[in-house]
Amino acid sequence: MQQKDVLPMKAKPVDEPTPVASAPLQPITGAEAVIRSLIAEGVETIFGYPGGAIMPIYDALYDFQDQVHHILVRHEQGATHAAQGYARTSGKVGVVFATSGPGATNLVTGLADAHMDSTPMVCITGQVAAALLGTDAFQETDVIGITMPITKWNIQVTRPEDIPGAIAKAFYIARNGRPGPVLVDITKNAQVAKCDFQYQKCEYIRSYRPVPALQEDQVEAAAALINSAKKPYILCGHGVLIANAEKELIALAEKAQIPIASTLLGLSAVPVDHPLYVGYLGMHGNYAPNIKTNECDVLIAVGMRFDDRITGDVSTYASQAKVLHIEIDAAEINKIIKADVAVHADAKAALQALLPKIQPQQHDEWLQGFKEADRMEEEKVTRHELYPTEGGLKMAEVIRLISEKTGGHAVLVTDVGQHQMIASRYYRFQDPNTNITSGGMGTMGFALPAAMGAKVGTPEKEVVAIIGDGCFQMTLQELGTIYQSEIGVKIVILNNNFLGMVRQWQQLFFDKRYSSTEMINPDFVQIAKGFYVPGRKVTDRAEISAAVDEMLQHKGAYLLEVVVEKEDNVFPMVPAGAPIANIRLE
Amino acid sequence: MQKEYTVTVYTEDRIGITNRITVIFTRRGINITSLTTAETEIPGVYKFIITVMSEREKLEKVVGQIEKLIEIHRAFVHEEDEVVYQELALYKISTKSLHNGNIEKLIRDNNARILTITADYFVIEKTGHQQELIAMLKKLEPYGLIEYSKSGRVAIVKWSRRFHDHLKELAAKEADNFKAIS
Repeated sequence: MQQKDVLPMKAKPVDEPTPVASAPLQPITGAEAVIRSLIAEGVETIFGYPGGAIMPIYDALYDFQDQVHHILVRHEQGATHAAQGYARTSGKVGVVFATSGPGATNLVTGLADAHMDSTPMVCITGQVAAALLGTDAFQETDVIGITMPITKWNIQVTRPEDIPGAIAKAFYIARNGRPGPVLVDITKNAQVAKCDFQYQKCEYIRSYRPVPALQEDQVEAAAALINSAKKPYILCGHGVLIANAEKELIALAEKAQIPIASTLLGLSAVPVDHPLYVGYLGMHGNYAPNIKTNECDVLIAVGMRFDDRITGDVSTYASQAKVLHIEIDAAEINKIIKADVAVHADAKAALQALLPKIQPQQHDEWLQGFKEADRMEEEKVTRHELYPTEGGLKMAEVIRLISEKTGGHAVLVTDVGQHQMIASRYYRFQDPNTNITSGGMGTMGFALPAAMGAKVGTPEKEVVAIIGDGCFQMTLQELGTIYQSEIGVKIVILNNNFLGMVRQWQQLFFDKRYSSTEMINPDFVQIAKGFYVPGRKVTDRAEISAAVDEMLQHKGAYLLEVVVEKEDNVFPMVPAGAPIANIRLE
Repeated sequence: MQKEYTVTVYTEDRIGITNRITVIFTRRGINITSLTTAETEIPGVYKFIITVMSEREKLEKVVGQIEKLIEIHRAFVHEEDEVVYQELALYKISTKSLHNGNIEKLIRDNNARILTITADYFVIEKTGHQQELIAMLKKLEPYGLIEYSKSGRVAIVKWSRRFHDHLKELAAKEADNFKAIS
């Protein structure tokens, strides 16, 4: 019998919870308890949209406008993505308000996205009065049932005295361990009725152990594996950024001279210019980091989950290598790729413990191999993408210009599709948490609202949203939010008048049968003008550099539409489900 | 290879917890063949005993996902020889068949017992493993079986001592049984 089966794994006694926030002397409404609870959690910004069942909470918010900034979005989905962008740049929990029924169901895409991409978020939904639950009342929906599989936790509250406890738990669960979205559904009667208010932050749930205790034997085994490696290879995932372990990862890599590749969501953890950084993994990632997965002898996966867009055919993935998996979520270990050694821990704690046990090494020949493979990609793909001299504008040259002109220091928020892959390939990220994208879900329409949240979360940073023409039309109404709340995001639409990625697949795998992918588009600059956001449309290579300058120099929001080559493809490409070795450069 | 497994899940007492657990089986396309749940010896801690036909590896992953749920203490996969288990069946038979002399021998031989007798029907109870209960069903069919009802599995894990000691320690701590009932 396996030892892990008998060991109590989850319990971790902690100190008594600390009381927070001064309690008002008189009983207050549940609605006011919501706002006071949020303030006690340090919430400064809420993205939301009012409606019948959440009106008491909005009414209570009216008295706290000096302490909490509410941003009125144009659609609840926009609120969720804005909260995601806010959370991923600021490191705080994103907070969303929505009403019952359609307000609540409009949160579903954002909740699922945040769940897949481990983003801390607390959504508070209004609900019909408890007496009406289950009666098909106006704007009643079973949001608890609907969001059960796409939240880290959810709860319905029907009494005002339960509100502070539920919100305290919601924040504790959302931000600890592997972060995720939490939904608190509050019935209208609970918002209106009064209760004595007392707030205690949650610091312990007896059935939940968010951060596993680091196990010394696992660290020893991991160190031995790394020290024995001739061709070690680090895959850096989102968990590195979440754990704030970028420095530790780089220190370990430098000590043993190990190349680092990044997953889509791991991008920006390691500066692109770092000599050990070898590129971006996955279906449209760089050539060298993909093929070297099948040549390394020790694969060190840190805070990542072996998504199928990274592994391709699992049976041929890194089958020659010993796999070391450092991961905080036990359910990810051995889920897709069997780990020879697993360190079940927070990435920072694990890397800190590992570093002194790692022997300095040199792997010159191994590192040189990456450079040689890079040269192939450079010749076949990159050169033509970044520095074209003829034909229509290329997405890659636009990204290169933005990268150069921002020094790689902007927060880059990308939508989903070809432009996302191109931006991820060619933007030269310098600072952690500057790559905001929808990874696991691949949610079209993510970028515009997420960029708003990113800008609100880090107002001192330049925030540039890279959006396809298809994606933009899914959430463009958020231009209204950008105007009303004066959010200075730069919006770049890479317009190829196609749903480019689907078209690429149709070209390569469906015999060029372009079924419902061509788009007859509106005038995006005129649309922006309608929302009082200035903009410019560029079609010529000669104009693009000046246009990017104009956008970046403009104070406040700006929309730049770039008409790019209509039928360009993103290469390299690993066909879905194929072995990585089948990567195509053209 | 597909085999019958017993999965045990220790949970907090929360509305909707059954839903949270079963949806994870649903996602992986695993059919639950029986499910029993009740409070354990530790107040506020519930034990789910779930039987499924599945592959061990697949089930380990399901259990990993179940353990991720906030209100779950632990979840385990057990092979047949790791658990001592029983199931219970009730058989409702037409009283007319009492006149048949074989029924007494059948009840004696199978360690069954009669729970109630009315003018129309009587009810036999038998505990055992599923095969035994079904064998009994087959034997009773000729006597005019009116209704048959079988429970899910009740199981004791052979190696559970340390885990249950751990659960007892939990009893001293505040439960997470957030029961929002108006």
